[in-house]
Amino acid sequence: MSTSTSLLIGLLLLVLLALAPVDLNDFGVPYPGLRRYGTYILTLWLVTAIAAMGVNLIVGYAGQETLAQAAFVGIGAYLTAIVTKAGVPFGVAFAASGLLTFVIGIALGFPALRVQKHYLAFVTLAFTVLCWLVFRNEQWITGGVMGIRDIERPTFLGWPLRNHIRFYWFVLAITAIMTFVLWWIVRSPWGRAFTALRENPLRAESLGIDVRLYTLLTFALGSAYGGMAGSLYAPLVEFIDPSPFALGPSLLFMLMVVIGGSGTFLGPFVGAGIAVLLPEWLRAWETWYLLIYAVLVMVMMAFFPGGIVGLLSRLVARKARS
Amino acid sequence: MTDFLQLLISGLATGAIYALAAIGFTLLWQTSQTINFAQGEFVMVPAFLALIAMRWFGVPFVASLVLAILASMLLLGVAFRYIIVGPLIRRGVLPLVISTIALSILLKESVKDFYSAEAQTFPTLLPDTLITVAGVSVSLAQLGVLAVALVTIVLLQWFLAGTRTGRQMQATAQNPTVARILGVPVERMILYTFLINAALAAMASLLVSPIYLAKFSNGETLGLIAFVAAIVGGFNQVRGAIAGGLLIGVLDNLAAAYVSTAYRQAIPLILLVLVILFRPQGLLGRKEERAV
Repeated sequence: MSTSTSLLIGLLLLVLLALAPVDLNDFGVPYPGLRRYGTYILTLWLVTAIAAMGVNLIVGYAGQETLAQAAFVGIGAYLTAIVTKAGVPFGVAFAASGLLTFVIGIALGFPALRVQKHYLAFVTLAFTVLCWLVFRNEQWITGGVMGIRDIERPTFLGWPLRNHIRFYWFVLAITAIMTFVLWWIVRSPWGRAFTALRENPLRAESLGIDVRLYTLLTFALGSAYGGMAGSLYAPLVEFIDPSPFALGPSLLFMLMVVIGGSGTFLGPFVGAGIAVLLPEWLRAWETWYLLIYAVLVMVMMAFFPGGIVGLLSRLVARKARS
Repeated sequence: MTDFLQLLISGLATGAIYALAAIGFTLLWQTSQTINFAQGEFVMVPAFLALIAMRWFGVPFVASLVLAILASMLLLGVAFRYIIVGPLIRRGVLPLVISTIALSILLKESVKDFYSAEAQTFPTLLPDTLITVAGVSVSLAQLGVLAVALVTIVLLQWFLAGTRTGRQMQATAQNPTVARILGVPVERMILYTFLINAALAAMASLLVSPIYLAKFSNGETLGLIAFVAAIVGGFNQVRGAIAGGLLIGVLDNLAAAYVSTAYRQAIPLILLVLVILFRPQGLLGRKEERAV
């Protein structure tokens, strides 16, 4: 696809998503618009997709495994909740969340990437458990298991985002910007270096690409996406406690990216959509949901390791040929 | 001082159990490049297999332990090898990592949904009577755990180093291509590794459950400790996994007594970070030469 067509499709999707919660009957279109809960779920999908984009950058483009995305989301969420309660504007908290998680990413990745390919997986695993312990135990700052309640939604240029539709639009705008930035990075020489790394690391290195530096920066950037997603998550749910940032959710982030299609641009959105919507659809069988999901993942890995996006693009390619 | 000795012995007992789990993990990595993220659940499930035999079918205690080990070898060994690892191994490490993560969720949720979400008491072979020697009191059960785990480890070491099959397994671990050229039945050796891993995990499960109770979520902590023990000791060494397991068991017990129970879980993690910073090849490991 050429640059202008993909931009056009992206813009079209953006407009459709922006209209999703609006009642279009006034404009002569028989569509009532999503209700409050639907809009909330859609916003949650966007926030999850931002964090998943970060994981995709690390897994799909740099070929590393990260098991700490939920911890980074947690750091962003707690930081935002704590400092906005102390009166700091949301914009500052958002930037600080991104910056802090980027720095932590460098600090975690630097020693791990020195050693062996899979050490990053173990280091991030340990980091997630450590973070969860801190969130749970340090009551004086995180509220422990009681969590932090009544997190205010921010005001944007004097425009209060208390209303769920306005907050959705705000998150949608940020998601669009972050998606565009990532799209630009992946297509820049920097991103091309990654493709080179993935396809042929030996040749890439002989062409002067510093493999470790690139991998480290990708990990830090992907983690920062997690932190910024967390910064949006806190005002979205308005109450945070340690449970969504434990090891289990970190593993689920990894699964959703691979299910969607790691290394593909749309994969994280598809994966996040499944991860957010599937529990809603399977509400009646709540206890079975994770069981079904796990089996689904194992079957996917055995038959379509490219994920849903990989599978679809293969089908499209086959149709185009015949 | 007597307190310290008591803590040391109970630490060695739990450490020996961790070592069993870590050895299996290392063996799988060595022979088939399988990073098993479900290792913790492999240590959680066999206790429930024994409980099912005892409570649902009324099998006597000792017989159900044996049954649990055999069933584990079938499920977590043979089935794991052929259904999950087999089709994925050629696709590289990532699909396998994802699939074992999914497997860990599947095992955990299955136990929770089909058996119980509550922690289950698990009977112990030896009574909990205290023996006091020179002011140090140790429970018979703990000594039993230590003895069983150590005998298992010694037997395994003897098998790997002293028998023909064991040496063929080591050859497979070191270089499968050369091993195949030399006539080692590599596929069968890999299957043996999976069987041994399952048996060791089952032993660990049956030994740890009387101490910490059997619960569906136990695998999270146990798996993490197994990884950390394997890395701290040296990822490419069986004796590294043993040392790592024992070290973490002792540190864990000492930390719970002298530092804080809230951060007890953090001790192995901090140890992991220190090792990766200062001795990335592990305490007993050799440096692995990189191809690039």
